[in-house]
Amino acid sequence: MNAIEARDVHKVYRRYGRRKQFATLKSALLTGSVLRDLHPDAVFEALKGVSFDVARGRTFGIVGRNGSGKSTMLKLIAGIGKPTSGTVRVEGRVSALIELGAGFHPEISGRENVFINGLMLGLSRREIARRFDEIVRFAELEEFIDAPVKTYSSGMYMRLGFAVAINVDPDVLLVDEVLAVGDESFTHKCLDKFAEFRRRGRTILLVTHSLDLVTRFCDEALWLDAGVAKLQGDPKRVIDAYLMAVAGTENIQLAARQPEPPDPGSPVPDSGPADMFKAGEGRWGSREAEITRVETIGASGQPAHLFQSGERVEIRLHVRANQRLRDFAFGVGIFNAEGVCCYGTNTLIDGGVADELAGEGLVIFAIDALNLVEGTYKLDVAVHRQDGVPYDYHRLLHTFRVKSRLREVGIFRPPHRWSFSGGIRMSGL
Amino acid sequence: MLASFRTLFRYRALISSLVARELRARYRGSVLGVVWSFVNPLLLLLIYTFVFTVVMPAAHPPELQPFALFLFAGILPWTWFSSSLLESTNVLIAGGNLIKKVMFPAEVLPIVTVLAGLVHFCFGLPILVAFLIYYRVPVAPTDLLWFPLVVLIQLVLTTGLALLVSALTVHFRDVRDLLANLLTLWFFATPIIYPISQAPERVRRLLNLNPFTHLAVAYQEVLFRPGPFSQVPRLAAVAVASGVIFLVGYFVFDRLRDTFAEEV
Repeated sequence: MNAIEARDVHKVYRRYGRRKQFATLKSALLTGSVLRDLHPDAVFEALKGVSFDVARGRTFGIVGRNGSGKSTMLKLIAGIGKPTSGTVRVEGRVSALIELGAGFHPEISGRENVFINGLMLGLSRREIARRFDEIVRFAELEEFIDAPVKTYSSGMYMRLGFAVAINVDPDVLLVDEVLAVGDESFTHKCLDKFAEFRRRGRTILLVTHSLDLVTRFCDEALWLDAGVAKLQGDPKRVIDAYLMAVAGTENIQLAARQPEPPDPGSPVPDSGPADMFKAGEGRWGSREAEITRVETIGASGQPAHLFQSGERVEIRLHVRANQRLRDFAFGVGIFNAEGVCCYGTNTLIDGGVADELAGEGLVIFAIDALNLVEGTYKLDVAVHRQDGVPYDYHRLLHTFRVKSRLREVGIFRPPHRWSFSGGIRMSGL
Repeated sequence: MLASFRTLFRYRALISSLVARELRARYRGSVLGVVWSFVNPLLLLLIYTFVFTVVMPAAHPPELQPFALFLFAGILPWTWFSSSLLESTNVLIAGGNLIKKVMFPAEVLPIVTVLAGLVHFCFGLPILVAFLIYYRVPVAPTDLLWFPLVVLIQLVLTTGLALLVSALTVHFRDVRDLLANLLTLWFFATPIIYPISQAPERVRRLLNLNPFTHLAVAYQEVLFRPGPFSQVPRLAAVAVASGVIFLVGYFVFDRLRDTFAEEV
C-alpha cells in the first residue's frame, strides 16, 4: 500500500518580468487583453517528469543539490500548488513541516496561535483542545503560553510551530530541512518524535541536506538532480552516488560533516586530519598520484554495491600518477556503519616493494571470500608514501552492502563448522 | 467551485478564529483597545456633521432632519464596504507566507477581512441606536426587519468584490492604488452625503447603475425615512446583482488560485 504516489510529475514555474507587469495593466485596461498578457515571459521547469512511490510506514529521504526541485516536490505532495502535469496522490492526513510557525500572528498569545495554527493545519477545535497540553509541554512553553508570540525567542517560536505541526498526528509527515535550525537538544527531541512516528507505522518524507540523517533514518532515498529523479533505492547507495556526482563536478568532495573542507588548489600538501580513524568522510592528499575511480566488483564480474556474505569481491582502484613516483603504497580499509575498522592493510604491510608508478594503472584488491556479516560497509582507499603521507586518500567515500541469509551478529564471519559427538543430536547444520 | 465552497465550510472554525484574532490584534497595545471600534465611527460622524451642519448648512435640503442621522445611515455601511475592499487588496500578499507554506484555502483571507469589517460595522450600531434615541426618530419595527437583509446583501456584494480585487492584486499590484481612487469616486457617486432626490434626472440614471446606491438608499429608508419600506424591487435587483458579482469574483479567484503560491 503506497502512502504517496507521484506519477510523471512536471512543474513549470512561470516568470513574469516586473516591467512587463506594469505594461500589462495599461495594455490590459486599454485593449482588454488581460488573458493574453498573463502569458509569462519565461518558464522554468522545476520538475521534469518525476515518478516515485513511498510505501506506507516507510521513511523516505529526498536529497539533491540546491534548486534540484526537492522543495517543489514536497510542496506538491503537501497540496500547496498543483503539478503542471502528472499526478500526486497522498493517502491520509498530511502535515508539512515546511516553515515552522508560518501564520503565527505576533500580537496575540501563544495559546490563541496554537488554536489558529491547528485549525489551519486541519484540526478541529476539539482536537486541539485535547492535544493542547501536550503541545505546550513538547514546546516547553508552559510559562509563556499566554504571552504574545512577538515576545518569544526564535527558538521558542520554532518549538511551538513544531509542536503544533507534529501534534496534528498526520499519516504522512513532510519535513523540509527544519531540523537544521534547532539547537542540539531540540533536534534530538524532534528525532525522537520522528522515531516514535516510525514505530507507529506512519510515513515520513524528509527533504534535507544532512546526508547523515538520511543514511541513519531513511528506509529509502531519492536523489533529484535538476528536476529529474536520478536514483532511488537504498539510502546509502543513493547518497554514495550523489556524493560521487557532487565530487565529479566539484573535483573534490566535501562531505556533509567534514569540519575543514580540503582545498583542491592548495599548493601545500595536505596531510589530512591528525587522527584518521576519527575523521568524517572526505578526500585529501597532495595528488602526485590520484585514485580516479573506485569499483567494487562481485562474483558476476560487474560493478556492484550489494554482495552476498562470502562472495568473491574485487576492489579496483584506477590510479593515475601525475608524475613518476618511486615512493608509494596502496591501502584499503573496510569500516562498518558504526565506524569500526573491520580490516585494513596496505601493500607495505603485505610485504610489497614499490618500484615505479607512472601514468595510469589499475590496482585490484581481490577478496576471495567476503566474510562479513550483513550490514553496510564503507571503504577507505589510498595511495600514499611509504611513511604514510597521502597522495590521495578517500575516506569512507565508497559504500557497499553485504547481505546474508543468516542473522549472525558481530562483524566478521570466520569460516566455521559445527560438529557434535556424545549424546548430542542435531541436524540442519 | 462547489468543491471550493465545501472546503470553505470545513474551514468555518478557522474563519471565525481568524476574525476574532483580527479584531483582537488590531487594538492590541492601544490604550482604549476595543473602544476604538465605537469611537472611530463616532468621530467620523461628528466630523461630517460639523462640516454639513456648521460649515455648509445649505449643502443639503433643509427637510432632511436630522442630517447627522442621514449621514450616519450611509457612512457606516460605506466604511465597512470601502475598508474591506482596500484591505483585501493587500491580504493575499501579506499572507504570502501562509499561502506558500501551509495548505489552506486562500479565499479565507479576504473573507476574514470582510467579516472583520462586518463586526466593526456592528460595533457602530450602538452609536446609531443612541442617535435614533437622542433624536427621537420613530422607526417602524417592520422596517427594522429589512435591516439584516440589507446587511446580508451588502455582505455578499462586498465578499464578491473582495475576492476579485484580492486575486487581481496578486498579479497587478496597481489595483491597490487604482482602487483607492476608484473608491473616492464611488463614494461621491453614491447618495451618502446627499439624498438621491437631489441629483438631476440624467445623473440619477447613472447613479442607479451603482449597486451601492440601492444599498445606501435602503439603509436610509430603514433608519431615517418614516413610512413603510418601499424599496423592495430595488433591493431585489441589487440582491441579484450582488449574487452575480459574488459568483464572478469567486470564479476569478478560483481560476487564479493556483498561481498565488508562485506570485505572492
